[in-house]
Amino acid sequence: MNDPILEMRGVSKSFFGIKALRAVDLTVYAGEVHALMGENGAGKSTLMKILSGAYRPDPGGEIRIEGSSVRIEGPLGGRNAGISIIYQELSLAPNLSVAENIYLGREISRSGMLARGAMREGVGPILKRLGADFLPSTLVAHLSMGQRQLVEIARALHARSKILIMDEPTTALSAGESARLFALIRQLRTEGLAIIYISHRMDEVYALGDRVTVLRDGRLVGSLDKPEIRADTIVRLMVGRDVSSFYKKDHDPKAGRGHPVLAAIDMADGQRVRGCSLTVHAGEVVGLAGLIGAGRTELAHLIIGASPKTSGRLELEGRPVEIRSPGEALEAGIAYLTEDRKALGLFLDMSCLDNINLAVLARDAKLCWFLDRDKARERADRAFAGLSIRAANVSVPAGGLSGGNQQKLLLSRLLAIAPRVLILDEPTRGVDVGAKSEIYSIIDNLAKAGTAILVISSDLPEIIGICDRVVVMRAGRIAGEVTRGPNSPLTQEDIMALATGMEHLDA
Amino acid sequence: MPDNGASQAQPAPTRTTNGAAAETKRQRVRMLISALGMLPVLLILCVGFHFLSEGRFFTGQNLGIVLQQAAVNTVLAAGMTFVILTGGIDLSVGSILAASAMAGLTISKLPELGMLWLPAALLTGLGFGIVNGALIALLRLPPFIVTLGSLTAVRGLARLLGADTTVFNPSIPYAFIGNGSLTLIPGVASIPWLSVIALLVILVSWLVLRRTVLGVHIYAVGGNESAARLAGIKVWAVLIFVYGISGLFAGLGGAMQAARLYAANGLQLGQSYELDAITAVILGGTSFVGGIGSIWGTLVGALIIAVLSNGLILVGVSDIWQYVIKGLVIIGAVALDRYRLQGSART
Repeated sequence: MNDPILEMRGVSKSFFGIKALRAVDLTVYAGEVHALMGENGAGKSTLMKILSGAYRPDPGGEIRIEGSSVRIEGPLGGRNAGISIIYQELSLAPNLSVAENIYLGREISRSGMLARGAMREGVGPILKRLGADFLPSTLVAHLSMGQRQLVEIARALHARSKILIMDEPTTALSAGESARLFALIRQLRTEGLAIIYISHRMDEVYALGDRVTVLRDGRLVGSLDKPEIRADTIVRLMVGRDVSSFYKKDHDPKAGRGHPVLAAIDMADGQRVRGCSLTVHAGEVVGLAGLIGAGRTELAHLIIGASPKTSGRLELEGRPVEIRSPGEALEAGIAYLTEDRKALGLFLDMSCLDNINLAVLARDAKLCWFLDRDKARERADRAFAGLSIRAANVSVPAGGLSGGNQQKLLLSRLLAIAPRVLILDEPTRGVDVGAKSEIYSIIDNLAKAGTAILVISSDLPEIIGICDRVVVMRAGRIAGEVTRGPNSPLTQEDIMALATGMEHLDA
Repeated sequence: MPDNGASQAQPAPTRTTNGAAAETKRQRVRMLISALGMLPVLLILCVGFHFLSEGRFFTGQNLGIVLQQAAVNTVLAAGMTFVILTGGIDLSVGSILAASAMAGLTISKLPELGMLWLPAALLTGLGFGIVNGALIALLRLPPFIVTLGSLTAVRGLARLLGADTTVFNPSIPYAFIGNGSLTLIPGVASIPWLSVIALLVILVSWLVLRRTVLGVHIYAVGGNESAARLAGIKVWAVLIFVYGISGLFAGLGGAMQAARLYAANGLQLGQSYELDAITAVILGGTSFVGGIGSIWGTLVGALIIAVLSNGLILVGVSDIWQYVIKGLVIIGAVALDRYRLQGSART
């Protein structure tokens, strides 16, 4: 291969004596997609921030770009060195046009006046090259997430970057948008760009990666070339152990399958959910699959009374129940884990202890209103031990925890009410591999104990790995159900056929 | 391999323990800094004024005056703390204070019912507060708009109550509240009743915020309202409570003013008191977007305002310059606070 475009030699970074990065050597060549993987907290974002100039590395290491040693300093340092980063949360100004965003910070002006026309012309060729279906004058607010990502890429190309770093770029994209992004990444690769691609998702790394580098605890634990890229190898490198039984499903659906606990009948909200019925039995894990926008989260919100329904009723253990608010759902024993833990689940400024106890404070209270602090403390300690939540102690704010630990924290709040029905909406989104397998075993244990569990997930291997049967939604309706038989395992093909409406074509 | 996790888990715990110890230590320092808050600023102001005024600040008499001057604002600011913790604002406390004082004084002049003026003032405040809260919580109107409206409307009602005149009652019952002192050591130390009431209000507020379920719910609503709703918290009830308590404390402030002055004027009483109350809360480090803050910070904030007013008079600064200096100190103190907290801000 030709000379490397980026070489990092012995780059370290410590914060207040804690090593976030230990002597990392990374070599990236032009014209390759270099996947960077690792659990949350493994050092990926620290590495990225060093390349962008947000952090200054500890003395001793060296960064070379095209063979010459460089120092990357300040927010523009990365860009000046030819490195552009596209963060998970895109950094575009929605109130400005595409052209203004691309030129942000380097606007063309003529005698002090903004030269909008020149800027629009300047970005035209790049947008064309990327195959953009929008104009330079379009407001970013009017663009879809996929189109916004295109604007970010255009900005990087416009700054003549040679190295493009992408951090989990498909998190907010639909399947179609992701496919288009992959095509574009391949095009940029043939044009000679070096792309560092950070992702948790194995299928993406398979599809795109020319090489994979794995970080763990701030160390580089392995670099794999294309032929060596295999899921089990990567997972073993990431977690430092073998994960032959990654998905844990010990509970026996037939022996454990008890009476129906939750029955939702003909639920509708007049818009996204159009008459859905489903039943979950005691000790059963039911998957709710479907494409993004199929109405799965909306159905869950109807069940727990978080949004008003236009028709439908609920039965809990055979008896009709009326649930008008999430509070009433909790009282009835129906707990819901939101898909958006930061916006809708956790209180990031409040302590872990308060976050865990929030749903049961009133139940535990002394003299009706006074907090039982011993009980709360005990419960939090038990949750930390039982779910192995890793934080300095129970009084640190929830915002400081990693994604996986935040998810377990939220889960422990729901478990505190000892729910009869647990609805989990994307329980492992943004969670690292180690925490994922812990969450799977928590789900498995709850099912063994007789809890009725409904899992909404877009991760098909996950649904297949942990569920007893899968209900599939399409465009607001139940499209069908896939059941695990003794000789017929659940397959991604069956689920996708229902989710996309392809099953009619097959028949 | 059922036991493959345990063998590899060995190095991890030691690292976590070291990290945890350092983290706990750093967190303790951080908590100490945030707990101290503006207290150092208050102390520096006190010592500074003591020297500038050639030793007239730290005298028993002057400290009594400072405490008394801080009392009403402390009570209003305590109520305001509840509201701002939920991410709201209550601009109507000055007007509610005036209306409550007017209602109280009017009742106090009735021959048989005179003794009931105190509960009348408190209930007036509570009533207006609950109306504010109901509009905000049930009709989902923005707090700024609702309380801006009641700032004007309640002021009008206050003037209406006394037919736009000053109401006097030289023989108002419980007058000791406004002008008496609680003797701690006979002949040596006493503390004005106004200050005792303000301290009790702070203590009760602390108890509610830090020791009750409702307190946690208040912080939760301010920290993340959508999450609070999904967690089963009755957000509407929490909002009605905080505006209710802000109104109740404004009513108490009105009673304190009425007992101190033996009089009230619906037009003049409590003008722009809401600004001092908000200033005290912000000086106390409570986040304007809600969810973060403490009642002790508010007490310190209210004391800083009182010390500034008192000290500038002692030093002999003209009335006009007092405004300029007070404004600058407030901006400077909050800027200092932001700077100080920058290092500990979460990412």
